[in-house]
Amino acid sequence: MPAAPPIVTITKLSKTYKGGFQALKALDLEIRRGEILALLGPNGAGKTTLISIICGIVRPTSGTVVADGHDIITDFRGARSKIGLVPQELSTDAFETVWSTVTFSRGLFGKPPSPAHVEKTLRALSLWDKRDSKIMTLSGGMKRRVLIAKALSHEPTILFLDEPTAGVDVELRHDMWKMVRALRESGVTIILTTHYIEEAQEMADRIGVINKGELVVIEDTDVLMQKLGKRTLTLTLQQKLDALPADLVDAKLALSADGTTLTYTFDAQSADQGGVGPVLKRLVEHGIDFKDLHSKESSLEEIFVGLVASNRAEKEAS
Amino acid sequence: MNLHAIRAIYRFEMARTFRTIVQSIVSPVLSTSLYFIVFGSAIGSQMKDIGGVPYASFIIPGLVMLSLLGESISNASFGIYLPKWSGTIYELLSSPVSFIEVVLGYVGAAASKSIMIGVLILVTARVFVPYEVMHPVWVVAFLVLTSVTFSMFGFIIGLWADSFQKLQAIPLMVITPLTFLGGAFYSINMLPSPWDKITLANPVVYLISGMRWAFFGASDVNVGISLGIILGVLVVCVTAIAWIFKTGYKLKS
Ligand SMILES: Nc1ncnc2c1ncn2[C@@H]1O[C@H](COP(=O)(O)OP(=O)(O)O)[C@@H](O)[C@H]1O
Ligand SMILES: [Mg+2]
Repeated sequence: MPAAPPIVTITKLSKTYKGGFQALKALDLEIRRGEILALLGPNGAGKTTLISIICGIVRPTSGTVVADGHDIITDFRGARSKIGLVPQELSTDAFETVWSTVTFSRGLFGKPPSPAHVEKTLRALSLWDKRDSKIMTLSGGMKRRVLIAKALSHEPTILFLDEPTAGVDVELRHDMWKMVRALRESGVTIILTTHYIEEAQEMADRIGVINKGELVVIEDTDVLMQKLGKRTLTLTLQQKLDALPADLVDAKLALSADGTTLTYTFDAQSADQGGVGPVLKRLVEHGIDFKDLHSKESSLEEIFVGLVASNRAEKEAS
Repeated sequence: MNLHAIRAIYRFEMARTFRTIVQSIVSPVLSTSLYFIVFGSAIGSQMKDIGGVPYASFIIPGLVMLSLLGESISNASFGIYLPKWSGTIYELLSSPVSFIEVVLGYVGAAASKSIMIGVLILVTARVFVPYEVMHPVWVVAFLVLTSVTFSMFGFIIGLWADSFQKLQAIPLMVITPLTFLGGAFYSINMLPSPWDKITLANPVVYLISGMRWAFFGASDVNVGISLGIILGVLVVCVTAIAWIFKTGYKLKS
């Protein structure tokens, strides 16, 4: 892919909150035009802080952000009119109707009234039947849709979804994914944060992992999987083993508590250099017979836990 | 300037006003009208004229100002406190607006509502008390200036407050005493020394005095000073709001 200029450029962004807590540490990030980027990280990693700074809700301590060619501080009007935000919290008006709150948002973001666009947005989010309902009468999932409709009311080119599917049922989650893909088709760049690794894996073109205010890694989703992916080989033994033979003891080889299965964990890449062959041969040499075996790629969940742990270890070592 | 945003905020706030028309408009007009019935019709006939003005008429400018002050502050402070409390302020903060649009929208709506209340009170008062207005243009000017200025002041309180108690503390503990001691029911010349001097430190005295001049052509303090004080407060409020939005004080962490 030719290197098109990024749609959002974040440079050395730091945030220290008033209490002295540093939520972001000189974070650099370039967001590609038209991509779906998932920001993955544990609670308190700084995801919301990052999004809030870009959207103008939190002030950066230092560093710059340029969104679609507009500096978020010096040209905040230009930047913000391009950005839509669906916040993590379900903050909505209670007494407004769906129609009026979405119309309000469009005006607030400086766009002339367009009932046609509001209608299109509400229909796309299955909110059309609820247009005259007061927001307080809607379910949580519906309120989330209202927030999305508000964020899309001014036709932004960049959409931030802060944990859009947290506390949302499976059906709505799949609807949400469908909607996000449709938006990407229409050219909107989407940045979402999530706790659900399967969601990032399912949705994102790229995944950025944030931990303790730092971007630990950012890669294309499949590259990240390949590069950091581990495979596990599980062997069901013919005979129960009490312990592994001494010369087979290895961090990569684990015997289950009941002694009936062996698990071998290895890098996906080293599979090219022999993979499971050598270990199987050695098992046979020791007369360890097995009746079944299967291997699988580790999930992003496992990768992520490993990444965060290694990042922490690195920190402590330095 | 983001004109669409101003319109959106203004409409949103006015819709809120009309949704709660009983509390927001009917109730203040009714409660002020009670004063006209009690002081004007019932007790007023037993009172002496003040400076040649029948007591029932004398209290009208002060009562209108009292209402304008209270309503402007409570409406504007509530208007901006509500989105802070519910969390919907995120949208305002992330939108392409500066303090100019926010103030024109919120303060414009709060002041509009106060002006409506002021006019309704004047009309209602006329039912109970026959009064004449000497300088109608100045009545309108004081009505508008006071509404705008104290809606700004209320807006600042709403930005500053981080609990409902704080939101109500200033109007209740500062503004109410100041308005009642501001000469709505008496001429400050009637106060014993040194209170007639001390009372001049109360800015509300100048507001009420200014409105009284617009009604009857005579007042406790010079009308120019009244005007100057209102404009002074207005400038202080505008500056404070500009500073709040520039620094993000209480709005952005
Ligand atoms: N307004 C604030 N004042 C002080 N600390 C804050 C504030 N907002 C967030 N934090 C802290 O900053 C860290 C990052 O928070 P956040 O960005 O919300 O993380 P995430 O969205 O990844 O869960 C957390 O430790 C949180 O407690
Ligand atoms: Mg968060």
